Amino acid sequence: MPTSATFRVWRGDRTSGEFKDYSTPVSEGMVVLDAIHQIQAEQANDLAVRWNCKAGKCGSCSAEVNGHPKLMCMTRLNQLDLSAAVTVEPMRSFPPVRDLVTDVSWNFQVKKTIRRFKPRPPEADGTWRMFQSDVERVQEFRKCIECFLCQDVCHVLREHHMFDQFAGPRHLVYAAALEMHPLDTDDRVRDLKKDRGIGYCNITKCCTNVCPEDIAITDNAIIPLKERVVDRLYDPVAKLLRMVRGGAHDV
Amino acid sequence: MPDYHTHEHDVLVVGAGGAGLRAAIEASAGGASVGLVCKSLLGKAHTVMAEGGIAAALANVDDRDNWKVHFADTMRGGQYVNNWRMAELHAREAPDRVRELEAWGAMFDRTTDGRILQRQFGGHRYPRLVHVGDRTGLEMIRTLQDHGIHQGIDVHMECTITRLLKDGDRCVGAFAYERERGRFKVFRARAVVLATGGVGRAFKITSNSWEYTGDGHALAYDAGAELTDMEFVQFHPTGMIWPPSVRGILVTEAVRGDGGVLKNNQGRRFMFDDIPPNYRSQTAENEEEGWRYTQGDKNARRPPELLTRDHVSRCIVREIKQGRGSPHGGVFLDIAWIKERLPNAAEHIKKKLPSMYQQFKQLADIDITREPMEVGPTTHYIMGGVRVDADTQMSSVPGLFAAGECAAGINGANRLGGNSLSDLLVFGKRAGEFAATFARQQSGAAIDSRQLDDAARQAVEPFERSTQGEGPYQVQYALQEMMQELVGIVRNEAEMRRALDGLARLRERASRVGVGGHREYNPGWHAALDLHNLLTVSEAITHSAIERKESRGGHFREDYPDKDPAFGTVNVVVRKERDGRMAVSRTPIPEMPLELKKIIEEMK
Repeated sequence: MPTSATFRVWRGDRTSGEFKDYSTPVSEGMVVLDAIHQIQAEQANDLAVRWNCKAGKCGSCSAEVNGHPKLMCMTRLNQLDLSAAVTVEPMRSFPPVRDLVTDVSWNFQVKKTIRRFKPRPPEADGTWRMFQSDVERVQEFRKCIECFLCQDVCHVLREHHMFDQFAGPRHLVYAAALEMHPLDTDDRVRDLKKDRGIGYCNITKCCTNVCPEDIAITDNAIIPLKERVVDRLYDPVAKLLRMVRGGAHDV
Repeated sequence: MPDYHTHEHDVLVVGAGGAGLRAAIEASAGGASVGLVCKSLLGKAHTVMAEGGIAAALANVDDRDNWKVHFADTMRGGQYVNNWRMAELHAREAPDRVRELEAWGAMFDRTTDGRILQRQFGGHRYPRLVHVGDRTGLEMIRTLQDHGIHQGIDVHMECTITRLLKDGDRCVGAFAYERERGRFKVFRARAVVLATGGVGRAFKITSNSWEYTGDGHALAYDAGAELTDMEFVQFHPTGMIWPPSVRGILVTEAVRGDGGVLKNNQGRRFMFDDIPPNYRSQTAENEEEGWRYTQGDKNARRPPELLTRDHVSRCIVREIKQGRGSPHGGVFLDIAWIKERLPNAAEHIKKKLPSMYQQFKQLADIDITREPMEVGPTTHYIMGGVRVDADTQMSSVPGLFAAGECAAGINGANRLGGNSLSDLLVFGKRAGEFAATFARQQSGAAIDSRQLDDAARQAVEPFERSTQGEGPYQVQYALQEMMQELVGIVRNEAEMRRALDGLARLRERASRVGVGGHREYNPGWHAALDLHNLLTVSEAITHSAIERKESRGGHFREDYPDKDPAFGTVNVVVRKERDGRMAVSRTPIPEMPLELKKIIEEMK
C-alpha cells in the first residue's frame, strides 16, 4: 500500500461544481470516509459530508466512489486502485446541496404516503405469537439502513427522473416488509400499482447489486409484490368478477 | 436584529434517537403540537448502533424473571447510587414498552413457541434482552420512526440547538441553526425535552458518532439545570482495536452472551482470575458451567466474561498493562472456539451475530467464525447527565425535561447492557407525557430579544476570526487526546488536576477558533460550535471525578482504589454559578422505601 493517495472530490453547491484533487496520507485498514475526514480536518474544513456511525449501520455516508454507489465508511482503500486518483462524488440521482451532501428529502415524503402497519388484534394475553420461520422473511427487509444507494442507482429514478410516479426500490422493500408482516391486516397492493408505480421496475437488479445489507431487493421484495399485483389486478377471472359485482374495490 | 424563522410548538423535543422519538410520539398522542429537532437525518441517530437488545423482564425464556429481579440487577450493577425510583419504574414498565413496539410493527427474534426471544447479557440474572440478531437498535429506531411519521409531528432534520431560551426561570424555547442553509431558527415552546444522547466525542477512543458532543448536557447546564453522576463514564470492554481507523467501534456484548470468551496472549481465560465478591455467588465455577449458561441451562451460572462492563474493562486494562495483551494492544475475544461444542458453528455465529461477522470481515479482514477478534475498551456511554425528577423527568429548570442518555439516575455508577434501550423507551414516554401535561398548564411566554441577539452573535463568531484562527478539528483532537489520557479508565487526582489546567487552555484556544467559507452545510463551523459543549461536559466529568474520592462502577481511582461507604450515600452534582463558575457538591441519596430494600436483600 502506498503512503499517500489522491482523492478527486466533488466540491460544489446546488447549481455547479467541480472535482478538486487532494493528496493525503493513507495507512492500513483505512476506508474512504477516513480519507475524507482527514482532508476535511487538514485541508478543507468546510468539506460537506454526512456521516454518523462509521460502521455501516446508519446509512448516512452514501456516495459514488470511482463511479460506484457505496457507503464510504465500508469502502476499504485496499480495494481501490490507489495508483490513480480516487473519485468521490455525491449520489447523482438526488439534487445536490453541497459537496458530498445531497437533498434526500423526497425519500422521507414518499415513505409517509405508504399505509402504515395495522396489526390484527392480539391474543387473549395481549401479545402475539409469530414463528421465527415466518418473521425471517420480513427481517431481511428490516435490515435496510435507508442509505438510499438503491434509489441512487435505479434507472427509473436516475435516468428517467420519475420521482412523482415511482417509489423506488427502498420503498418497495418497505412496502414488502409491511405486506408480508404476519400481523399486518392492511392492503397496499392497489396503491403499489396505481400510486407507487411498481410496474416501472423492470427487474434489472441494479438495486440488489449495490445494497450494502445484501437484501435481495428484486427477488425477495419486488418480484413477490409484482406477483401480488398481477394476481389481484390482472387475473382475468378476478377482473370479470369485479365487473359483475361492480365493485370499485378489490377485496 | 438577527434574521431567523420562528416555529411554535407546545412541546419541543431535541434529539430523535430512541428517547426523543418515544417522547415525541407520547407528547403528540397527548394532544400536544410537537416539534422534533435532530442533528442528522431522521433515523440515523445513535440508537441505530445499539446491538445487543432491550432489557425487559418479560420472562419468556426463564419464568423466574420479573421486575423485582430486574430492579435488583440494575441497582447491583449501578453499585447502589442509582436513583432507585427510576430503577423501579424502569423495571416495572419496560415490558409494556417492548410489547408496544411490537404493536407498532417491530419484529423481534422468536422463541420456539412464537413469543419474543430473550438473550443473556452481562449483569442480568436471567435471559432478558429482547433482540433482533445484533441489530436491535436499528429495529427500535425504525419502528419508532415509521410509527412517528404518522403522528403529525413536525420534524426539523439537520438542525442543531445552540442555546435554550428562558422566560425568568422557565425554559420556553430554543435557538438553532439548520445545517443545510445555515439559517437560524427560533423555537418557542411551552416545554422542552432534551434527548440528545451522550458525550463520547470528548474521548479519543469511542464507539460514539460525531453527534455525541454532550449538547443536551451543556444546554441544560448553561440554562441553570443541575448535572449529576458525571464522573461515571462507561468504557465498554470490547471495542475494535485494529486496524487503527476502526479503533473504538463497538463489538457487542452479545458475542460473550452467545459463548464468546476473553483470552490473553497466553491463552488464559483471565476473567476467572478476578471475580468481585458481590457477584461470586452468581458466577460460574468453571468454563464448563459458563458454557452451559450461554446455552440456556437454567441451573448454570454466568461465565465471568458477563460480569459488569466496568469490571471487565478494568481486567482487560490489567492484562494489557502487565504484558499479556494481543499484538495490537488489546486482548482476544474468541467466538470461533464454539465449533468444538456445536455442529454448524460457523452458520450459527453468522446467524446470531450477522453484523459483527460483516464488520470484522469488511473492516479488519477477520473471519470471526474462524479466528479470534482483538478487542479493547472503548468510551461507550455516560451514566451521568441532567438531574431529573424520577416520575416526570423534569429537571431543576421548570419546563425543561430530559430523557435517555442525557438524563441521569437510572444507571448509578454503571449501566447494564440492554438497560439503555429500555431506558429510552420508559423515560422517553414519561418525558413526553409529562412535558405535554406541563405545556397545557402554561400560559404564553416572553422571549427577550437580547437572548436571541446574543445567541446569533455567538454562533457567527468563528467566521469573524476566519481562517486566521486555529482550525476547530485541532482543538477537538487535542481535547480527545487529553481526556483519554488523563480522565480515562484509570484516574488519579494529580492527572485530573492537570486535565483541569488543560481544559482551561483548551477553552482559550476554542475561543480563538476560526472557520472559513460560508454558512451552508459547513462542517468546520458545526465543529467549532460543538467545542463549547465538549469542553463543558469534560469539565463536569473531571470536577465530578475529582470530587468522588473512591472507586465505584465506571469511576476507578488508583489513588482511592476501594469503595468508600460514605460515598455510597451521595451523588455528585454540578451547577453553574452566577459568576459562570462550575460549583461541585454532594447530594444525599434519599432513603429507599422498605419494600425496595427488601427486594434487594432477597436477591443478594
